[in-house]
Amino acid sequence: MRAELATVSNGHDVPPDDKPRRDELARFSRSIYDFGDLLVLRQAVAPQFNAAALAKSLDELLERDRQREQDGFPRKIQVGKLVKPGRGRAGKVVVVPTTVEEKLFHDPTVRPAGEGGSSGGTGDGEEGEVIGEQPVREEGEQPGTGPGQGEGENHELESSAYDLGKSLAEKFQLPNLKDKGKKRSFTRYTYDLTDKNRGFGQVLDKKATLRKIVETNIALGNLPDVSDIDPTRFLIAPHDKIYRVLSREKDYEPQAMLFFLRDYSGSMAGKVTDLIVSQHVLIYSWLLYQYGGQAESRFILHDTEAKEVPDFYTYYNSRVAGGTQVSSAYQLVNEIVARENLVKDYNIYVFHGTDGDDWDEGGEKTIPEIQKMLTYVSRVGVTIAEHGQPGSTTVSRYLLGSGLLKDRPELIRMDIMQEDADEARLIEGIKRLIS
Amino acid sequence: MELINQHTKRIMEGCKERARAAGLSFTDESLEYVVTNRDLLELSPKVMIPTLYDYWVHDVEVLREKGKYELYPHNPYETVINTRPPISFYNDNNPDWLNVMIFYHVLAHIDFFQNNLFFRHTWDYDFTGQALSDKRVIAKLRAEKGRWVDYVIEFARGIDNLVDFHGDLADIFTPPEMECSSRLDYYFDLFLQTVKKVSVSDYIKEVERYNDCLKTFGEQGEKNFFREAELRYPELEAHFARSGETQPARTRDLLRFLLDNSEFLARDENIWMRSILEIVRNTSLFFQPQIRTKIMNEGWASYWHERLFLQDDRIKGHEVDFARVHAGVTSMPRVGMNPYALGMRLFSHIEEQADKGRISFAFQRILDADLRKRFDTGVATGQDFIFTVRENLCDYLFLKNNLDQEFMDRHKLFVAGKRLDQQRMVWQYYVKSRKAEEYQQMMLDSLYHPPVITVDQSKGIEGSLYLNHAFEGKQLVREYIANTLLGIEYLWGSPVYLETSEAEVAATSSHAPRQEEPREEDITWQRVQYSMNEKVLSKKKL
Repeated sequence: MRAELATVSNGHDVPPDDKPRRDELARFSRSIYDFGDLLVLRQAVAPQFNAAALAKSLDELLERDRQREQDGFPRKIQVGKLVKPGRGRAGKVVVVPTTVEEKLFHDPTVRPAGEGGSSGGTGDGEEGEVIGEQPVREEGEQPGTGPGQGEGENHELESSAYDLGKSLAEKFQLPNLKDKGKKRSFTRYTYDLTDKNRGFGQVLDKKATLRKIVETNIALGNLPDVSDIDPTRFLIAPHDKIYRVLSREKDYEPQAMLFFLRDYSGSMAGKVTDLIVSQHVLIYSWLLYQYGGQAESRFILHDTEAKEVPDFYTYYNSRVAGGTQVSSAYQLVNEIVARENLVKDYNIYVFHGTDGDDWDEGGEKTIPEIQKMLTYVSRVGVTIAEHGQPGSTTVSRYLLGSGLLKDRPELIRMDIMQEDADEARLIEGIKRLIS
Repeated sequence: MELINQHTKRIMEGCKERARAAGLSFTDESLEYVVTNRDLLELSPKVMIPTLYDYWVHDVEVLREKGKYELYPHNPYETVINTRPPISFYNDNNPDWLNVMIFYHVLAHIDFFQNNLFFRHTWDYDFTGQALSDKRVIAKLRAEKGRWVDYVIEFARGIDNLVDFHGDLADIFTPPEMECSSRLDYYFDLFLQTVKKVSVSDYIKEVERYNDCLKTFGEQGEKNFFREAELRYPELEAHFARSGETQPARTRDLLRFLLDNSEFLARDENIWMRSILEIVRNTSLFFQPQIRTKIMNEGWASYWHERLFLQDDRIKGHEVDFARVHAGVTSMPRVGMNPYALGMRLFSHIEEQADKGRISFAFQRILDADLRKRFDTGVATGQDFIFTVRENLCDYLFLKNNLDQEFMDRHKLFVAGKRLDQQRMVWQYYVKSRKAEEYQQMMLDSLYHPPVITVDQSKGIEGSLYLNHAFEGKQLVREYIANTLLGIEYLWGSPVYLETSEAEVAATSSHAPRQEEPREEDITWQRVQYSMNEKVLSKKKL
């Protein structure tokens, strides 16, 4: 026993708290089965998926999925469902292959009792007493409700990045891209043999060299008669040789500014939000991949009022329970464009996702905003994910009614899908919006 | 994966001695491994079983946010697995005092695995060994059959929550002398009552006659009894034979049913699929008790690691460190549930109640609060009693039997509710109830509970498979029905029907501003029948 005591090592530290203290209310919807010894006893942190392994396996998995279809079973792998961009660091969109093992099990979201469910609690407080509040408008504070993983336990998926854009790159291109404002210095270069250099280089430019030689010989008086040139008598200085050298060329490309608009009102709950953000994730990650620095993105959320959010993460994870005023979002875009004079330098694209609900029944406010927008944009793409009967939503009704879709098909497109649309349908939708 | 070093192993052996002295019982050998993050990556999709079969879904990030534990009824981050010998996993840079605490925790888990009767079917073999041979079988099949092996695994896993765990347990624990022949069961339970519809007095006469036969003829009693019964009902034998065909003995175990009755699987070219179904079923059964004893198991382990750590003379001077970690694990959250905290407190509560002789009818019938508070017979049998609890109960019974108002009041527990305040646009968390019954109900509702789906071959068309989902106020996740039924159809080889209930939320007009919170009180239930025929899903109302 003494020996054991003596050998007790010098470690005296409590392992550091690996989890930041969260709002105690966030534990509300945590199931008792979420606890595992390894994590709770500080034995380990949840492991991160290995980027290389996932990236390597993706092609294989997709191949397997194609094979499934040939064998007569529906596809099972989804790409682009899980997104965990680091907060505040735009461009960290990471996409991993995901799947679900389907089973028959009870749906916990259908509850006959009202309210937001119940959980356990400890401490003081009379029955009925409110012990805490959480603003509905708070960003990303709805564990498990946002797409992605909601309150993932330290899941930092950055390392598991796979550019979804890569797999989409061949499929799309931004429409109506015009040359505008080439003021920016880009990070993209092409290499070309355009520069000339005397004396050395990669490829001899024969024509230029000959011209130089002739010049030199005239100057030397070695060419008495211009009408009778004997090339064998040329004096050739090494300096006369003109070469082409490989040089870096700046590649000017048109700029694009993309506005992502999303209805995040209460009616958007569930699958609809999932669809819209999934589609926007697809567009966004494709843009990042395909257009790199040339395409900039802005994110706007709206319910009855619109606000701009700083990054995709917030855009992706926010949720409130309010009403819906579609016009507010368009109005905000118009304001931003006017204020920052974006029209001069950018091709502007607007993607709007909604479930089609709008308190503005006839579109009296929205249509004028859209018309204003159509004077400068390259494309407006409206995605409507419907809850119920096809073609019955307010937004689709007034958009069709306004005749804008028919008159300006180059500038505005609408894509209506059902709540149960799948990945393929989303991509189909993108094609429709930007083709 | 490496074994822990000799120094740490010595500490573990010291812990074993002390735990045994305190009354825990477990096998002598145990294996402890140090795992790295990399190991964990490989282990966690395989629920910490190093030898589990390979399956491509393990390589993919699986969407878990929906119905997490319903889909994956086991925790991927266990520290100790229920094998022979038990294997546990550690970090390589834990200080010794922390290891001591974790070792006690692990030993209590091992004690639980090896003594709780819900784990009875896992006692006689080593699951890692079994899994290794299963893995080889699957690898061999994969070499022969290619991707079809993975389809079969997928379809089998799609129904691996529909196994009759409790039925299997009942088989283990039914003593042979309690069993009577299936003919006798049929005669008294079905034939006389439903086929012949005999009067009660005739029925009782028949029972008496049977008892007389047993008394007079002993071993031959049943034979003689039926000789006479057949004289009276010549059709009995034919009825009995027919009942054996139409009534499968076990209707709750879909995997078992498919194994026994699917003509598709019985074909020579498909016989290999059966081994996969067996493997998936056994794996599922292995994990069933674990998920059904989560609160008890963690409570038991926390109870013992606290108690044994504080008595341990080797690690004096680390009480504060311990207190900090221990509190982090076992503190009751302001809102939310913590199986460690709840289970540990409940075990202490039970022990105390038993010590005072309160687990008795004498105590239960006292209504006077003051008398109840002072009730103490001083029998001090608490320690023994919690061992009985550990041996015989699962989470459901543990909560149902022991979560009383005294416990609630003592730990200031309440049911927390969440509601939307429309005016101020905030979610409000509030104290919904402090009644033990409601807290108990809330806890019981949160326990793992797969749907009860039984095979009912009296319905549906000839040759098809008819599944009946018992209504328990919940609907199935609709989007998963199609693919799951597709898999069942494949394994059955003919159309499959599923009868279930679905909630119909009254539709609000799309013109009016939508109610921003789903109006849950508008739910009406509708019985529907899904059918899966040639990979096409259709639905009709019943």
